[in-house]
Amino acid sequence: MRNFVLRYLIPRVVQYLTIIFVGITVTFIIPRLAPTDPVAAQVSMMIARGSSLDPASIESMRAALTDLYGLSGSPVEQYFAFWGRLFRGDLGPSLGNFPTPVSKMIGQALPYTLRLLIPAVIISFILGNFFGGLSSYYPRNIGLKVIEVVGQAVRSIPYYIVAIVLLVVFAYFIPIFPFSGAYPIGTRPDWSSPEFIWTYIEHSVLPAATLVLVGFGGWFVGMKSLTSNIISEDYVVYAETAGLKKNKILVHYIMRTAMLPQLTALAMSLGTIFSGALIMEVVFGYPGIGSLAIVAVYRNDYSMIMGITIYSIIGVATTVFLMDLLYPLFDPRVRYQ
Amino acid sequence: MLKVLRDLLRYDGRFRLAVILLGGVVVMIILSYDSPYDPGKTFVVPWDLPPSREHLFGTTSRGQDLFWWLTFAVRNSLYVGVVTAIISRVISVLVGLTAGYRGGWLDKVLMAISDTFVVLPLLPILILLSFLLRDSMNLLTLAIILGLFGWSFDARLIRSQVLSLRERSFTRTAVYSGTSGFRITIQEHLPFVLPIVFATTLNNILWSIGMEVTLSVLGLSDLTTPTLGTALYWANQHGALVAGLWWWITAPALIAVVLFLGLYLLFTSINEFIDPRTRLRLIGG
Repeated sequence: MRNFVLRYLIPRVVQYLTIIFVGITVTFIIPRLAPTDPVAAQVSMMIARGSSLDPASIESMRAALTDLYGLSGSPVEQYFAFWGRLFRGDLGPSLGNFPTPVSKMIGQALPYTLRLLIPAVIISFILGNFFGGLSSYYPRNIGLKVIEVVGQAVRSIPYYIVAIVLLVVFAYFIPIFPFSGAYPIGTRPDWSSPEFIWTYIEHSVLPAATLVLVGFGGWFVGMKSLTSNIISEDYVVYAETAGLKKNKILVHYIMRTAMLPQLTALAMSLGTIFSGALIMEVVFGYPGIGSLAIVAVYRNDYSMIMGITIYSIIGVATTVFLMDLLYPLFDPRVRYQ
Repeated sequence: MLKVLRDLLRYDGRFRLAVILLGGVVVMIILSYDSPYDPGKTFVVPWDLPPSREHLFGTTSRGQDLFWWLTFAVRNSLYVGVVTAIISRVISVLVGLTAGYRGGWLDKVLMAISDTFVVLPLLPILILLSFLLRDSMNLLTLAIILGLFGWSFDARLIRSQVLSLRERSFTRTAVYSGTSGFRITIQEHLPFVLPIVFATTLNNILWSIGMEVTLSVLGLSDLTTPTLGTALYWANQHGALVAGLWWWITAPALIAVVLFLGLYLLFTSINEFIDPRTRLRLIGG
């Protein structure tokens, strides 16, 4: 147990804290490297865009911005003040939707992203691992080879292009899926009506399919290379000579062993999957974090972009950390180290 | 070198396909130097025309000939990819060689930094950064930024290779005969690491072109410069699909797919060729 804490737990905690520390520090430094005075630039842009704001609220915006960039006091003081606000969960008001707090808007958008991301990741993980395992156990199967080539090819193409291609094909040329959004424009989300949930699912098919397609190839190859080593292990040969059913050997003896590194890879890849989900939402106009980000870009909503960045860093780091903590439950070799 | 190419062409179908796809891209890049239209000018041809013999990929709502505009886009996208790859290769080689050879606390610190970069969600950070630099953004700035962020995973690969090199007897012989650490790394270890560097370069180019597309589509790059990303940005801005101008979206997407498939196939076939075991299987002994 002591060894487990010293060798396994503490390094993970240190890494978790390092990721958050470095990430947040980078988001602190970046605005200070920008060549222009960010506050003045923002405020003048606000005024230029539409001066429906009265002087008092412009002044309060200037104050909020100065506070947000942490530009009062010496750099060290600024840095500590920055962390202090983060600990209170205060990301400032959104400049595009002044004065709604950034954390509230992210809180509303995040469930949409997660409801899209989590099922898509699970489906592509299961499919990729399943077919990857099959393909190394049945290396001469033509169908599996075709699946592998297609999966690999799609994986190399950026999310955005895959999404565009799906959109053009399945919403424009063969219009079987809706163009954009998470539900038809003009309807209000009503989670008790089955019809609403049905349209919601219908609207999620293409975005989710993109994530599944792009993720699939990676899991396929990972599983294939892992299982191809296991297949020649003594215990697999023994099980085969003992006359166990092939599929049983594949699932219980081969794939299960290969699952562990794949789970680590799952945690490691979360950052990229998350980025993929952002792009997806932009293409499909899906009302999650990605759409929030693009609206923020168009409206010059600096605090929103900063908030999304910080949320993503903490979110991804925490998920990786939790996966690391759960890992010993699956792998006895780590537990007894 | 020529023999290698000949072998690859003869034995690897993927390499042949890669050559065909990338050949098309290269032809487009060469054509861009002889373009009848200035990519910076709008309304030089009638707008909203579907693909025809005169306008191969059709024209845009901005009055530009899509084919010729895209020849510049491919050239610029590839430029971003190559510059990014060079910068991030230099960093990853330096970090990987140093961490692997020196070991100890330096290794720990460098790898902690690189692990952090591997896990961090780069896209939001890149969005934040490009957002702040938007006014001074050009292709070179974008490539430098991407280069500074794209080295971490490859540094780890290089380090693990150096770790095994360090244990080999030739390293010890060199150390005992008084060769400096710097010379060992550069003269003895670097040649072994170069195959990894080449293999990861193509992957890095793919990554950075993909990132350029992503950031441009969000409107975060220099939107007056033609790239595959800005092509899609302008198409979106004019609601190309809603207006029925499907070619405006389809053409850049198609070219991106051709470029990515070509680079990817090249990447895998060269990768397998570098590894002698898979090469033997390929050629058959």
